[in-house]
Amino acid sequence: MQHKSLIYDGTFEGFLSCVFYVFEYKLSDVTIQNEFVNQNELFADTETILTDKQKSNRVWKGLKQKASTLTSTKIYYAFLSEQPKVENVLLDYIQYIFKSSEKVDTDFTQPSVLKTSQIAKNVSREKHRMEAFVRFKLTKDNIYFANIEPNFNVLPLIARHFKSRYADQKWIIYDIRRNYGLFYDLLKLDFIDLDFPDNFDFSKTSSDFFSEQEFDFQKLWKDYFDSTNIKERKNMKLHVRHVPKRYWKYLSEKQPNL
Amino acid sequence: MSFERTLEKLKILADAAKYDVSCSSSGSKRTNTNKGLGDSTGMGICHSYTEDGRCVSLLKILLTNHCIFDCAYCVTRKSNDVKRAAFKVQEVVDLTINFYRRNYIEGLFLSSGIFKSADYTMERLVAVAKKLRLEENFNGYIHLKSIPGASDELMREAGLYADRLSVNIEIPTKSGLKLLAPDKNFDDFIKPMEKVKNEIIQYKSEKKIIKSTPKYAPAGQSTQMIVGASGENDFQILKTAEHYYKNYNLKRVYYSGYVPISYDDRLPSIGSEVPMLRENRLYQSDWLTRFYGFQTNEIVNLNHQQLDLDIDPKLSWALRNLHEFPVDVNKADKRMLARIPGVGMKSVTKILMARKYRRLNWDHLKKIGIAFNRAQYFLVCDSNLFERRDLPAEKIKANILRNSNSKYDKLLSPQLNLFS
Repeated sequence: MQHKSLIYDGTFEGFLSCVFYVFEYKLSDVTIQNEFVNQNELFADTETILTDKQKSNRVWKGLKQKASTLTSTKIYYAFLSEQPKVENVLLDYIQYIFKSSEKVDTDFTQPSVLKTSQIAKNVSREKHRMEAFVRFKLTKDNIYFANIEPNFNVLPLIARHFKSRYADQKWIIYDIRRNYGLFYDLLKLDFIDLDFPDNFDFSKTSSDFFSEQEFDFQKLWKDYFDSTNIKERKNMKLHVRHVPKRYWKYLSEKQPNL
Repeated sequence: MSFERTLEKLKILADAAKYDVSCSSSGSKRTNTNKGLGDSTGMGICHSYTEDGRCVSLLKILLTNHCIFDCAYCVTRKSNDVKRAAFKVQEVVDLTINFYRRNYIEGLFLSSGIFKSADYTMERLVAVAKKLRLEENFNGYIHLKSIPGASDELMREAGLYADRLSVNIEIPTKSGLKLLAPDKNFDDFIKPMEKVKNEIIQYKSEKKIIKSTPKYAPAGQSTQMIVGASGENDFQILKTAEHYYKNYNLKRVYYSGYVPISYDDRLPSIGSEVPMLRENRLYQSDWLTRFYGFQTNEIVNLNHQQLDLDIDPKLSWALRNLHEFPVDVNKADKRMLARIPGVGMKSVTKILMARKYRRLNWDHLKKIGIAFNRAQYFLVCDSNLFERRDLPAEKIKANILRNSNSKYDKLLSPQLNLFS
């Protein structure tokens, strides 16, 4: 049988619809590809799979019967990693789970089981770091605004955390790499798209957009951060391991000119 | 609030609070009700790390660094010539709320020098917490310092608003305390700790009957000991810690390598090295007793009073107890798996799950993530490779050290660097 390549719309439901298709037609030599990621395979027979909520639900429910909740969470987390070819690791894992009569979802001697667990762990670490490193700035419109640029698509994973924490303030967290955000308006939470003015600098606190006192609080925080350091114990290696440099540009305590 | 003045106070009072090592913001469930601010789910979050690599999770400040005491090891001591400042209650509340809203912190850690009297000081600490909870509807984390000598009534109130209370015993022995903190009375530390312990016990029993019983210090108590200031050995330190864990139900004991801050004959001189490696070994030992099922006596005892600096305490224990090894990874119980050097609790869990499906070999174990360099001498699995060859302890230790590059090598190396 010729190698087949399934194209889907990048959503988790879309991916699960592909999985359904693989089972339905008993495909063996197959890859699953996000339509937004270009990785043309020369000799593959490609097919576009439409996202079907019912089919994806059936796969998801079946999975939950054959595996623990933790496993299904891990699969979703790993999916959000957007790593090249992660879909195929997950397909392997799901097939392995459905193929066995017993519960095998924690068989860490299987490459796809271990790999999924490792990728999910990376995503989970990024999720946790976003919960830690988001820095809200108060806008002139009285909205607490933060922009992020995570390696993995963790915005859907952090929504609940921020909603329960900041119930009495309006806030936006915007992923500028993927160009979408979360907006909480004191009542509900929505995914939004925003257009930013040309002169908007994501790493600066311009008084055109942000409140008067915003700069003061950043300065207080930055000075607090410096004062709490014990210079006799300086250990930059450890510091950078905990706060990787890619996050620095949006951390107020790391701004040199504040 | 006057920005310039607040900025100056914050610098002084954060600088003075930085030697308190507790940074935990976990272990308290306080859900956001009535659309208030903040939510504690039980998981702590480190929002940043200082350049010395320590976690920043709470706004950690002193209410004031005026102090009537003169403890030799403390920057805030009466006789030290430093700038003094004091926050107003409202200033601390405003800083906490505004930092929290920007997601800088999980909450507040409030300690204080002692001005006038213990009760006068404690009253103000409680006032901050009370204001945050009742006026600002704040559900973030609050850690208050118990001021030694504070009254039972104030300690009871403190626990109603704070998530964690702590009193630092600082010096692990009575004699050391007498020498370095002549104004302090050992029993003054114990009394508030005892009060909080009893309140927590009472809360737990009342909670079973009346569900709406107000929370009392849900994240429990902690304390800290300074390491390397007063000559105690690791046996004394870990036995003291064990005593507090057992008798006062402490959640955490922190160990703080002494940073020389004063010209005082009783203390290591300024410029002497902070004992960071020793501090690290103490934390590892603490971990072994809290999570790995070790007894303190197994790690340190009368025959082995000082922790090894060149190897970790679990490896040290294993080398002193070779008769317990090798452990068969495919058969051993959880307790013994956890005792294999180079195998952490996460690997133990994975091993237990994975071996249900097949017998594990070296390849599986390496992928699971055990530290092969250490583990290879202490276990057998479904491979013949690397079979243990009955090596004596010294030989195993030498092999392991030869094949490891510890970040501490520099500190341990007996070699002189003449021309560096």
